[in-house]
Amino acid sequence: MKTNLYKSLFAVAFLAGFVALPAVRAQEAAVGKLTGHPDQGKQLYRRYCIGCHGPRGDGAGENAPYIDPKPRNFTQATFKCRSTPTGSLPLDSDLYSSIGRGFDNSNMPSWAPLTDQERINLVAFIKTFSPRWKNDKPGTPVTIPAETPVTVQSIQHGHDLFQKLECWKCHGPEGRGDGPSAATLTDSNDQPIRPYNFAEGSRFKCGSSNQDIYRIFMTGVDGTPMPSFADVIQPNDAWDLVHFLRTLQINREGPERALLKSSGTKLSPIQPSSGGGR
Amino acid sequence: MSDLVRGQRFAKKNAVLGCLASFVVSIAPFFMFAILSCSTTQAAPLTGLRLIPAFARKYGLPCSACHEAWPKLNAFGQTFKDNGYQLGNDRDAPIWQQPAYWPIAMRITPNWHRESVDRNFVDDPNNPGAILEQKTTTHGFDLSGLDILTGGTLANNISFLLVPSADNTGAFHFESAWVRFDNLLHSPYLNIKVGKFELDNLLSEKRILTLSDQGGLYQLYHFVPVGDSNIFGLGDNQLGAELMGHSKNDRTRYSAALLSSNDGNVSVPNGHGYDAFLTASQAFQAGGLGLQRVGVFAYFGRSPTYYLTQDGAQLDGLGQKSFYRAGFLGMWYIKKLDVTTLYMHGGENAFLGTGTAANQPLPLGARSPQWNGALIESHFTVNPQFILINRYEFIRMSQQALPIDPTNVFIPGVSVPSSDFGNIDSLTFGYRYYPFMHSRAGFAFHNEYAIVRQKKVAPVTGLDVTSSSLFLGFDFIF
Repeated sequence: MKTNLYKSLFAVAFLAGFVALPAVRAQEAAVGKLTGHPDQGKQLYRRYCIGCHGPRGDGAGENAPYIDPKPRNFTQATFKCRSTPTGSLPLDSDLYSSIGRGFDNSNMPSWAPLTDQERINLVAFIKTFSPRWKNDKPGTPVTIPAETPVTVQSIQHGHDLFQKLECWKCHGPEGRGDGPSAATLTDSNDQPIRPYNFAEGSRFKCGSSNQDIYRIFMTGVDGTPMPSFADVIQPNDAWDLVHFLRTLQINREGPERALLKSSGTKLSPIQPSSGGGR
Repeated sequence: MSDLVRGQRFAKKNAVLGCLASFVVSIAPFFMFAILSCSTTQAAPLTGLRLIPAFARKYGLPCSACHEAWPKLNAFGQTFKDNGYQLGNDRDAPIWQQPAYWPIAMRITPNWHRESVDRNFVDDPNNPGAILEQKTTTHGFDLSGLDILTGGTLANNISFLLVPSADNTGAFHFESAWVRFDNLLHSPYLNIKVGKFELDNLLSEKRILTLSDQGGLYQLYHFVPVGDSNIFGLGDNQLGAELMGHSKNDRTRYSAALLSSNDGNVSVPNGHGYDAFLTASQAFQAGGLGLQRVGVFAYFGRSPTYYLTQDGAQLDGLGQKSFYRAGFLGMWYIKKLDVTTLYMHGGENAFLGTGTAANQPLPLGARSPQWNGALIESHFTVNPQFILINRYEFIRMSQQALPIDPTNVFIPGVSVPSSDFGNIDSLTFGYRYYPFMHSRAGFAFHNEYAIVRQKKVAPVTGLDVTSSSLFLGFDFIF
């Protein structure tokens, strides 16, 4: 009787090890000279990530109910910050950068203190949560042309595009994230989501350089209402829009705001009532 | 059944199995250690140890995110600490917390321990005032001290820590109490802390993984030669101000502190005098092995040799004499195995070393005592819930404060028996098992054995004294 009890206990303990986390499939990741190994990433995931993203990677960790925005559901293989076109899988380097950068205004911290190898191992393990990584290939990264010069004209043109493309509907006329649609926005999991507040925010989710902002226009932020404008605007237009958005960051000292100030240019307020055009 | 419920049931089942497993695992070493152990010492207050689930609750991270095995920090936790208990994701200010959130945690360890000293001194019942030497062994159920840990941010880039601590009788003191201004001039290289705090020791005694009377401290940090009057301990929290800085990813770190010369005791018992502590370290990646770190440290201090008194109470520490500690260390990671190596050199002024007031003449032949010590501590982190611990320390006197007596006799204030008088060897090993790992509380089953041998300090025979601890505890924090 006792022997059976012990056997049962060991059997349950043995099986528990397999149930707790999904079996690691051979799914490597690579960034530069680094190669990530999912089996090693699994240990790291268990240590650092499981509390929010959950044992199944579905974003249902024990802390998820208390977190806003909700942790990423890796089983959907939908990622906000990519260098690839909307709807496609990101590059390993995109995930690697996201882990190192963290996400402002969320519970996801920067994991830069981890070693490069640890981070790429995590990427490899995250890719085991969805079969998409086996069946699909990441998209071709969007090309980012050289930035055009910051001029009063480029800022003015960006301002016009902000009006025309109706960015203000979500981000608000002054970029404060308070547009008329803001309160109704939800992400792909039907969770409420707030548009970016340019006036308050110090850093963007997917990187803080002008190139990062440009990339967001072209890739969109998958899983959120922020679409890709790759088919809508030309590269020069996108750079103009970047230059204008920088002027909305009133707490940031940048060349765009300095130029407006030195030239004495005052941009006309965005008119919420007029949909497109000046 | 929802995933959440299923997960909870699984967690409960796992916890029960874990407890059973830990019990079985614990029995074997218990008996093995019981046979091995041979002697006892003083009762050990287990205070000032750091793990703060209040942070885990605030950020929703499991203990293992910041701790290799709590309370020992990993690289991420060290960065979090160095950044003023901030993750830097714009959610650090208290305004982001629910009003009901209170950044508080408590830690205590109910335990059973056995302490043994092979040549302890006891009062001679037949001769009042005289002492005898005999083996003493005590054992039983006991409590550790209690730590009440409160810490976090008062505002963005203003952090604090307050730790009222009690010994196991419930007598309280402030183990830590400081406020820190972080990232001054928007630079992580400029942080200023004022109050009572742990020195920026890379090998933190407040995060030591061993808990017993003999193994719950670093001998190197507290060693002073026999007969020395200095009360300083490098592991003790000190009162003062610290300028600390680090690179954004914490690979480069430095700290410079100006401290009152009173070993952290309040009310300025030593009157005047300041010490300085300097440390710097650099970490680097070694392929897939992990993050390696090397560092140096130095402490320059002064300690009084006699006191001006008022109604018998100490008013001012006079005749202050100098002492120093200096060393270097390496923290080496080889995947799941990490090894810390530390070398330290210490020296004291002859007045301190011989316990002589500076307004009195030194004993004949007195010199500044000096010693060297080293430590090697290794951990094998099987997984975030199970860690094996091993540590060996030794301290060797390189220069005794008093002349060596040709007949090998220790005469306080006159001579020491030999050049190795007071040398120490210490071995500690054990394990900690954490049945669960989440962001609300921490619990560890702790089993440890420690043995310390000091050369020729037996009070009557002048032979070596061996002390040992066997410790089994339930270490919990919530």
